[in-house]
Amino acid sequence: MDKIIALAFSAFIAENIILSQFLGICPFLGVSKKRSNALGMGFAVLFVMLISSMVTWLLYKYVLESLSIEYMRTIVFILVIASLVQMVETFIKKVSPALYKALGIYLPLITTNCAVLGVAILNISKDHNFLETVVYTTFIGLGFIFVMYIFSMLREKIDKAPVPKAFQGIPIALIVAAILAIIFSRFGGII
Amino acid sequence: MTNKENLLKGLVKENPLFVSVLGMCPSLAVTTSLENAIGMGIGVFFVLVLSNLIISLIMSNPKLAELVKPVRIPVYIVVIATLVTIVEMLMHAFLIDLYKSLGVFIPLIVVNCIILGRAEAFASENKPVDSVLDGIGMALGFTLAIALISIFREFLGKGTITIWGDAVLNLNFFFNFLKIQPIAMFIQPVGAFLSFGLILASITAIGNKRKANLAKGAKANG
Repeated sequence: MDKIIALAFSAFIAENIILSQFLGICPFLGVSKKRSNALGMGFAVLFVMLISSMVTWLLYKYVLESLSIEYMRTIVFILVIASLVQMVETFIKKVSPALYKALGIYLPLITTNCAVLGVAILNISKDHNFLETVVYTTFIGLGFIFVMYIFSMLREKIDKAPVPKAFQGIPIALIVAAILAIIFSRFGGII
Repeated sequence: MTNKENLLKGLVKENPLFVSVLGMCPSLAVTTSLENAIGMGIGVFFVLVLSNLIISLIMSNPKLAELVKPVRIPVYIVVIATLVTIVEMLMHAFLIDLYKSLGVFIPLIVVNCIILGRAEAFASENKPVDSVLDGIGMALGFTLAIALISIFREFLGKGTITIWGDAVLNLNFFFNFLKIQPIAMFIQPVGAFLSFGLILASITAIGNKRKANLAKGAKANG
């Protein structure tokens, strides 16, 4: 149990997917200009990440490993994720139009989001069992939402601040992200 | 566009990292030493040049192009993922240290936006020769950009520059001269964001100044 809690905590804060593992930087910089967009993207990523990690884990353990074709990992995983995104999109559209309206525009962007493929591969290379995969992925996803939300609030403030001309746009966002990363990395000492 | 233009535009004018700001994740993650950056560059070079070649070969054949068009993105992804798997296996076999230090970022070349971006924007509409040249230029531009970031980070963070394996340039005398320690923060994740932000801002500043000068020149002439 202790191990699971430590895993969850480090996935959420200390090993934060954006600030210490550098996965999912594109949506982090691209979709974080408004709070509502950041939350929408965050939940869409969490949703797809969780489903695809579980599916890829099962596929890897029960199909690729038993046929000993582990080297097909990258190709299989990206195809699974791309088709899952498509399926999730169709499914949500049918079942809950309200949710589709909220997450819909973010879903196609997720296929090329390296966070989803990254976490699927990390779960395999860290040798997680199924429970650990679920916990790790959930908290990685929550950490993604958390940082996206904080960052979007900061960016709303930056928009109103007098930023030097050369720093406008992405450079200042990166500097702010650096300051956030200092704060998050210090939490690593707790475990 | 001439061959030379196709080749050179990726280096400066349309640099994938500094101008288009594509492929951020690997450029932040693997720039802790010059060796890692060069390794990543080689991987991207191999995948980008060959994927541009294969995709433009597919799309310049009218019969095949018609067949592929409705499902072109999945087709591109399969081509790219196959090439990445080849790179992964080659690195695992011949460059095991590099394979370990790049880790998850080798398979993640698949979702590097530069490669899919060039496939869609250039290779699908141009001849194979042009596409290969474009791929070479873009990959070199990307490699130069991450090499620049990694030199900045490794020098400030460790006082060394690891070119390849044991070929390490020791520049600690600079820190000894100032009587300070290297700033370890630059090797940590924090340093990645900070260095990239500073370098991007410097490049924007230089670009702005050049534009202002050009505008001034145009005014004086006109």
